[in-house]
Amino acid sequence: MNPDASTIAAGAPIEVDLSPVAEGQDIKVFWRGKPIYISHRTKKQIDEARAVNVASLPDPQSDEARVKSGHDQWLVVIGICTHLGCIPIAHEGNYDGFFCPCHGSQYDTSGRIRQGPAPANLAVPPYQFVSDTKIQIG
Amino acid sequence: MSGPSDYQPSNPALQWIERRLPIFGLMHSSFVAYPTPRNLNYWWTFGAILSFMLGMQILTGVILAMHYTPHADLAFKSVELIVRDVNYGWLLRNMHAVGASMFFFAVYVHMLRGLYYGSYKEPREVLWILGVIIYLLMMATGFMGYVLPWGQMSFWGATVITNLFSAIPYVGESIVTLLWGGYSVGNPTLNRFFSLHYLLPFLIAGVVVLHVWALHVAGQNNPDGVEPKAEKDTVPFTPHATIKDMFGVACFLLLYAWFIFYMPNYLGDADNYIPANPGVTPPHIVPEWYYLPFYAILRSIPNKLAGVIAMFSAILILCFLPWLDSAKTRSSKYRPLAKQFFWIFVVVCILLGYLGAQPPEGIYVIAGRVLTVCYFAYFLIVLPLLSRIETPRPVPNSISEAILTRGGKAVASVMVALVAAGALFLGSLQDARASEGSDRPPANNWSFAGPFGKFDRGALQRGLKVYKEVCANCHGLSYIAFRNLAEAGGPGYSVAQAAAFASEYKIKDGPNDAGDMFERPGRPADYFPSPFPNEQAARAANGGAAPPDLSLITKARSYGRGFPWFIFDFFTQYQEQGPDYVSAVLQGFEDKVPEGVTIPEGSYFNKYFPGHAIKMPKPLSDGQVTYDDGSPTTVAQYSKDVTTFLMWTAEPHMEARKRLGFQVFVFLIIFAFLMYFTKKKVWADSH
Ligand code: FES
Repeated sequence: MNPDASTIAAGAPIEVDLSPVAEGQDIKVFWRGKPIYISHRTKKQIDEARAVNVASLPDPQSDEARVKSGHDQWLVVIGICTHLGCIPIAHEGNYDGFFCPCHGSQYDTSGRIRQGPAPANLAVPPYQFVSDTKIQIG
Repeated sequence: MSGPSDYQPSNPALQWIERRLPIFGLMHSSFVAYPTPRNLNYWWTFGAILSFMLGMQILTGVILAMHYTPHADLAFKSVELIVRDVNYGWLLRNMHAVGASMFFFAVYVHMLRGLYYGSYKEPREVLWILGVIIYLLMMATGFMGYVLPWGQMSFWGATVITNLFSAIPYVGESIVTLLWGGYSVGNPTLNRFFSLHYLLPFLIAGVVVLHVWALHVAGQNNPDGVEPKAEKDTVPFTPHATIKDMFGVACFLLLYAWFIFYMPNYLGDADNYIPANPGVTPPHIVPEWYYLPFYAILRSIPNKLAGVIAMFSAILILCFLPWLDSAKTRSSKYRPLAKQFFWIFVVVCILLGYLGAQPPEGIYVIAGRVLTVCYFAYFLIVLPLLSRIETPRPVPNSISEAILTRGGKAVASVMVALVAAGALFLGSLQDARASEGSDRPPANNWSFAGPFGKFDRGALQRGLKVYKEVCANCHGLSYIAFRNLAEAGGPGYSVAQAAAFASEYKIKDGPNDAGDMFERPGRPADYFPSPFPNEQAARAANGGAAPPDLSLITKARSYGRGFPWFIFDFFTQYQEQGPDYVSAVLQGFEDKVPEGVTIPEGSYFNKYFPGHAIKMPKPLSDGQVTYDDGSPTTVAQYSKDVTTFLMWTAEPHMEARKRLGFQVFVFLIIFAFLMYFTKKKVWADSH
């Protein structure tokens, strides 16, 4: 009952052009049936994400470890709440990150869990930059 | 099922079979001669009611499956087509969907009865555990069935519930992938759920046979909890129990029919009339009412894994009940303390159900935690403790003695209590649909409301005109075909008028022999064309918000009625939240944004729209559409007409439903009375 061949084939990597996404904006693309949020973070958002004491987080991870260095303004996360799988809303909640309407989990500008029942940070999908304005997810 | 029978059929053909397969003897000893305690009350009829419901679900389900398409792109539509086009499809679907709720309602009564009268105690432990297994199978079946219509709640319910398994350490993720058959809930998930939803009811039927077998070996418990000792303690199953069960089933059918014919959507969620959209989570994900107590337990625990464990143990703990409660006295009738705690436990369960439907914030979370502790304390602390410290009242020596000393009968009050409890319990879901921060839409006088409601033909025709001239510019009506306009219970056009109406439309058809698509005039069998080729185009043309298809809009929108309204609604049959909301939104536009409210650019202020910022500009203004029948051409009249029309598009067979409902009620009431008097006669000398 595991995924069949066509499902697996449809899950091949995709390329996303980032040039139309202005600072402070984000886009949602689907990969493997999952929504992927790509946000172009502002300087303030990056600073916010880096100012917190990593050890105090429920799922300690530094912002640097969640983005590709040199492309620090781009946050790419799977938009699926790690609690029970709802889709969090971007730019909402107390941490200016993501807010899950289902059971109230809140994520910060780095997609890290800060409050609520979710046990882990929003997952970062495998991706790399093929050029400065283009990424390949998968 | 209790040993070899000495039953001998008189018919030689039956004798021939009986000698080779003693099936008639088995039937006879299990359902005819079987001795049943004389003092059983009406709570014992729920066993028969449950068997009846299982049969009903399997029957309607098999027919529905003949018309249903298990595919992510087609499932939602195929369910709508069942309701609209299949002969009595609306009836089948209502029976099946409401049937699931009634099945659970009956099973909860049945379980609580077992709990109260100690039916799980020695020698009926296996009987009880089989019952818990049936209950678990029912939960799985009900959950997968709810996924099949592939609406928003189906999809997100499936997402949330399957994700519960991801809490299991190490293997969780792989289990979830296995359940999904992909990387997220999708078409493979729907297919396997359909397959399992078809399979599990037959497994349930199998376990039910074991359950009945175990019952007939151990014998039925009874309200006094003393085993039958002499012949005079029992009566033969047929006709005594059979006729009593028939009366019970007839009364239960009245409740069932009330939902089927008058409030089919009372127990459902309006969001499930919106097709599944993997990109948008509804603001409140609420499971069906029968899972709410467990959902509340899950949510009240702040840790994911612990929450999931608590939820499952809340059910599994029932298996250990026979050993947790070791009191010698079975029936709570003779256990003054246990009786009180039992009722407290019932209240705790109902409150948990209520909380499960509330948003998980503030006081609700705290109350949920307290009640979760109470729930487990009942099983783990109260029951074991009571069996040690409680002094029960003296138990009668035999059933006959218990009957002689019994006071007045409580049949009527039991039935009243049953209906009232049902209303309370089933209604708690209504509260879930809160539309925070908006005014309540005012209630209107709809011609189609109430048990004898009918559509106002004039309003339907005017509403169609408003739709065609105004709404159709942006909104589709894709489930309505032109032929529907000429159908009974609709706007009352003739077939020729509907055909003429259709021919005014250009319909895309093809490919032709040259392989090109072409346009042709519409035919009655065509559906209303949508203004945009796809959702993305609709979104792009309308500033990011796609105008929803209007076919189902009056069923897909609702607002929270709140406590205690949802209880009154059960009795008054108030069902018009959707139409009230739609007509309120049409009239709720205000040019001046009130102070303290900011509306994003490109949005308009609407008093009744949740969040107040609506992307649709004010669609109607006075005098915009001309009426030939002299009705006032005001926004109020337009909204009323178009809402009536949209109510019809959402449910074209509503008049047939209410008409048949009345006939069924007359029949059921007569039938129930006949059963009652027959039962009285049969039991006349047994009391
Ligand atoms: S799914 Fe996001 S908080 Fe539960």
